Amino acid sequence: MEIVITGILISVACALLGTFLILRKMAMMSDAISHAILPGLVAGYFFAKGPDLFAGFLGALVAALVTVTLVEALKNTQRVGGESAIGIVFPAMFALGTFLVARFFENVHLDTDAVLFGNIEFVAFDRLFIGDVDFGPQSYYVAGALCLINLLFITVFYKELKLATFDAGLAATLGFSPFFIHYALMALVSVTSVGAFTSVGAVLVVALMIVPAAAAYLLTDKLPMMIGLAAGIGALSAVLGYGLALAIDSSVAGAIVSVAGAFFFAAMLFSPSHGLIAKARRIERQRVQIGLEALLVHLLNHEGEEGEAHESEMLHLSSELRWLPQFAQQIVGVAANRGLVMQLHGHLILTDNGRRQGQQLMVH
Amino acid sequence: MTTSTSFPLAVHDLTVVYRDKPAIQDVDVNIPAGKLTAIIGPNGAGKSTFLKAVLDLLPRVAGTVEVFGKPYRQQRQLVGYVPQRASVDWDFPTTALDVVTMGTYGKLGWVKRPGKAEHDLARQCLEQVGMADFSSRQISQLSGGQQQRVFLARALAQDAEVYFMDEPFVGVDALTERAIITLLQDLRQRGKTVVCVHHDLDSAPEYFDWVMLLNVRLIAAGPFDSTFTAGNLRKTYGGAMKAAIDHFAHFEQSKG
Repeated sequence: MEIVITGILISVACALLGTFLILRKMAMMSDAISHAILPGLVAGYFFAKGPDLFAGFLGALVAALVTVTLVEALKNTQRVGGESAIGIVFPAMFALGTFLVARFFENVHLDTDAVLFGNIEFVAFDRLFIGDVDFGPQSYYVAGALCLINLLFITVFYKELKLATFDAGLAATLGFSPFFIHYALMALVSVTSVGAFTSVGAVLVVALMIVPAAAAYLLTDKLPMMIGLAAGIGALSAVLGYGLALAIDSSVAGAIVSVAGAFFFAAMLFSPSHGLIAKARRIERQRVQIGLEALLVHLLNHEGEEGEAHESEMLHLSSELRWLPQFAQQIVGVAANRGLVMQLHGHLILTDNGRRQGQQLMVH
Repeated sequence: MTTSTSFPLAVHDLTVVYRDKPAIQDVDVNIPAGKLTAIIGPNGAGKSTFLKAVLDLLPRVAGTVEVFGKPYRQQRQLVGYVPQRASVDWDFPTTALDVVTMGTYGKLGWVKRPGKAEHDLARQCLEQVGMADFSSRQISQLSGGQQQRVFLARALAQDAEVYFMDEPFVGVDALTERAIITLLQDLRQRGKTVVCVHHDLDSAPEYFDWVMLLNVRLIAAGPFDSTFTAGNLRKTYGGAMKAAIDHFAHFEQSKG
């Protein structure tokens, strides 16, 4: 139970920010940040002389802002494009982190598994005690606080975030610094990464930021709805992922992200507005519609002519309109079903309804 | 000599550099109030750069920009901006009305949310550009011309004194073009100042009454008829740009 609640809180905290990362086309930036915070964590460990939550957050925050600044600076040279700039900066930061760990903290318990995959399974063991009273797992407070901060941020600065994301130029001329908004968002991404990272690890935190938001983007055209859906999909992934991990006795973090991935895949296929299936059906519908119109106009053009009988033969239709026989069959079938044409001794004739529609088409 | 106080836009020695090459150099110009001004010049002449530098969207190497006698930063409220339509992502999940409402954000300031007054104003502005029926339409489902009109409505919602527009006529349908012209004339009538980056030499004489010819340096600026001359165009476009000159000859004839 404690694992599920932690998972939900973290997923929601990530998804709230992820919505804006997706809209700002900055998915890879969260990847960079989640890796680049490692040297910051190590520095925090160094200054606090041991594992300390606050020092860790602070170190990670500084490392993340350094990363973002470096990426922006590289982009501004115009020699290294956006994604490439990220590709240069974050491995360097991550490498610095692993280097520091290996050189100075060899004997420290900071194992790679925890960094990469987290250990949400153990949240119940890290508890908050005040005096002798058990206030529950520490992760509740960390993840809950992150959730609250992120929610507060996107609520209070909703208008500014929306404007700076949609049109940074206008935001700047209206006096809302897109620079400030960018760095504030990046700061929260880094803090959230640290919080999520102890539970799900550096790799999977990226997925929690991006995947639910990307799925939500496929499902709606309204920003508040997108934020809500992203949070919902994130939370649901946590619940179902935990169930899945229990059922097949596997990694909880891995299962949560797999479920989120399944949601995204489903949205990509089945979204009523942007899904692949909806798109294919829309194209098919248009194909049939255009075929029908061509058929009606063709029949109308040759109605009453000497060659009418010939023109309306099925075989002739497919060569005249350059249709494959199956397509001609399909169109004639649809036209007959809708009562636009009738078949008479292998010939097609227009019904009154079909003639009327054909005439309307000719007028346009 | 008039002081720059009376000018909606007074630019002094403006220089912007891309890498090592000046994009615009030593531009000195005063734009008069209540006029429709076109910024005209060949590709790469720095027309959009000039607008962006004036609006502080690009760093300037040298120069000052004053709006009604004070530095631009203090006068943001008086300035409206219509960026190039292609500069934003029209797949952004929002409606036409919401985009127009963004024009009111400047006066709202940080944190405060738009309310009924702002939405009513936005609706009025949509109506002015003939887009009242599209207010709840998803912006990705608007045509190019309709998107441009949404952008203009958003500028109207800024309720500014000086408007800067970056190629508002590019890629729009005839209906939208007419809507924009009507709107520009309406703004002029209300004493507003409009500065447009403009590409089309054919339509320029008809739409604008002031012109600024730019090719990295300012070639000439002044009232349209006395500034849009063969000599100035040749200096702006260079001898190679024969089309511009031919066009001009045609224009002269039709005037005469």
